[in-house]
Amino acid sequence: MSKDSDKDREAARRAYWRENLTLMGILLAIWFTVSFGFGILLRDWLDRFSIGGAPLGFWFAQQGAIYVFVVLIFVYAARMTRIERKYRFDGE
Amino acid sequence: MDATLIWTAVFVISSFGLYIGIAIWARAASTDEFYVAGHHVPPVFNGMATAADWMSAASFLSMAGIVAFAGYDGSVYLMGWTGGYVLLALLLAPYLRKFGKFTVPDFVGDRYYSQAARIVAVICALFVSFTYIAGQMRGVGIAFANFLHVPVEIGVIVGAIIVLFYAALGGMRGITYTQVAQYCVLIFAFMVPAIFLSLQITGTPIPQLGFIGNAQDGTPLLMSLDRTLTDLGFQPYTEGVKSKLDVFAITLALMVGTAGLPHVIIRFFTVPRASDARRSAGWALVFIAILYTTAPAVAVFARSNFIDTVNESTYAADMPAEDRPADATPAWFYNWEETGLLGFTDHNGDGRIQYRADPETNEVTTLDRDIFVLANPEIGNLPAWVIGLVVAGGLAAALSTAAGLLMVISSAVSHDLCKKVLMPGMSEMRELLIARSAAVGAVIVAIFAGIYPPGFVAAVVAFAFGLAAASFFPAIFLGIFWKRMNKEGAIAGMLTGLLVTGAYIVHFKIGFSAVVIGVVALVLAAASGILYYGTRKQGDATTVPLYIAIALTLISALGLTGILPDLPTGSDEDWFLGISPEGFGSVGMLLSLAVSIVVALARRAPPQEVQDMVEEIRLPSPTSPAE
Repeated sequence: MSKDSDKDREAARRAYWRENLTLMGILLAIWFTVSFGFGILLRDWLDRFSIGGAPLGFWFAQQGAIYVFVVLIFVYAARMTRIERKYRFDGE
Repeated sequence: MDATLIWTAVFVISSFGLYIGIAIWARAASTDEFYVAGHHVPPVFNGMATAADWMSAASFLSMAGIVAFAGYDGSVYLMGWTGGYVLLALLLAPYLRKFGKFTVPDFVGDRYYSQAARIVAVICALFVSFTYIAGQMRGVGIAFANFLHVPVEIGVIVGAIIVLFYAALGGMRGITYTQVAQYCVLIFAFMVPAIFLSLQITGTPIPQLGFIGNAQDGTPLLMSLDRTLTDLGFQPYTEGVKSKLDVFAITLALMVGTAGLPHVIIRFFTVPRASDARRSAGWALVFIAILYTTAPAVAVFARSNFIDTVNESTYAADMPAEDRPADATPAWFYNWEETGLLGFTDHNGDGRIQYRADPETNEVTTLDRDIFVLANPEIGNLPAWVIGLVVAGGLAAALSTAAGLLMVISSAVSHDLCKKVLMPGMSEMRELLIARSAAVGAVIVAIFAGIYPPGFVAAVVAFAFGLAAASFFPAIFLGIFWKRMNKEGAIAGMLTGLLVTGAYIVHFKIGFSAVVIGVVALVLAAASGILYYGTRKQGDATTVPLYIAIALTLISALGLTGILPDLPTGSDEDWFLGISPEGFGSVGMLLSLAVSIVVALARRAPPQEVQDMVEEIRLPSPTSPAE
């Protein structure tokens, strides 16, 4: 292995990790917003709106947040697969 | 009632037969298969097994009832027990899978290059799992007692033997595939009555839509429930009584605790690759969300229906069914009165049931929260076989969780304690034998805990989640995301989280009486003793744990003989910032993180090979990028 490819590998490693952390940061911000934000801290304000027959803040606390959680994990899994392929860390 | 009994027996016996059959088919021959099912479980199956592992008797039977009574405050459980999977999928599961060993103490011990850290992790894992398994066995016993009319003791023993059979024989492989079957049984058993109830009350078969839909009279269901409850003197359903900070703290503690529970984490060791761990967490949450989004709907239907049909109805238990007036209390009410889960006292002697918030005028004197799930099939006028199905579902939920916990206990003893600390270099066959014996030992303890439930069962949830949140999560999280994190920081952080959270919960939930002090001191003395024994040949060995163990033994003797004074149980007004014991895990976690970071910065950085290992687990595959 030459010195150059060592350097490339190190650079790819760093770039990969940075992209991972950015993606994680965005998704965790959404995770916090829908549960602690919409469901708890902002719920009184959100309750002025409604979804069907349920106040919106209450709905987020008992239903909406859970749906968003599921979507977040699959989005993360799909985006990470793309990032791994981009940096050729997918082992294929 | 006879048809119900027959159907119940049919469902329970055939589902148990199924689990045993799967166990024989999937028995484990090597430690690799025993601990992690050979890393061969497909992500979707692992997701299903995780969901069954995760959803205990409490999720299946009690959660809808808890939400029905607590209304908005019940949201802490709904968000708290699902949101943790986001943390797990993003922050822990893929990296722990990449690390590629068997247990959580494995990771802690290797990452922190220290036997002491490993032993602290083993003690935390055992503590969390034992508190949790006691509740499961109790649930099994009660299900047997209520539905098959056998004594609680027999029920506990039968359930324990079934779990033992497939856990000891099949190890993780057997448990995984039985959990897949158990998930199917429990979700079917939960959804069938929920769908019928939704149809009956809102006219839509999808409970999640019924939740936001209209009642038969055209007004939104939640609004009319709010109004009815206010009229009867209760808190409106969509408003809570807990403070915002407490709701926040409990939700956070449950989320982080979920991500830190060893029996959940080890499920992600069973899939082939790190990327499968992410997907698998997604599937797990899908399967969990089916139940967790249905439960709040069931809660609303059940509470509304209970008030509509029971409140102000004419109590007619003594009349033959055909003579009862049109406004008579429904028949299921009388059936459940016999079990003691429901009770009616006619305070004002008018022959009608008044359901009120005020204990002076309330005539529904006993109303067990589990009733709302258990009685659903009868409330919905469903055939007898549905009741049998619900019982089999409740048992599936309890057994699958118990099996997962048993696995953690057995691997903690055989792998982490015996193989890695006490008898290094033992053969694989020997290790398997110890793993199976440890499972037997754990089951015997669980049987006793189920038959003679310790008084702290109510505090179990707070304990397990608070301790997992405050001890494991910070150590694992920092271990992956901060290369500079060292063993001193990890040990200090775990111990701080464990002791502070534990002390807060005991003080406010049980109270430090002399006996409690004695028992706690004895457990801690044993732990310190193991810590001393396990680290005595290490380079950095100290005799401090030995002195601590001796001192604790003395305190324990004073406590158990009653020489020490009883300290009073803390009152709710003294809660720290108004945070309940259930939510204190989040304070413990922040404290543990802070202590870890400060101590880590004060001591030397970890050795280069450990930092390289952290680099390595951050990458998804072992192969380097192509040249």
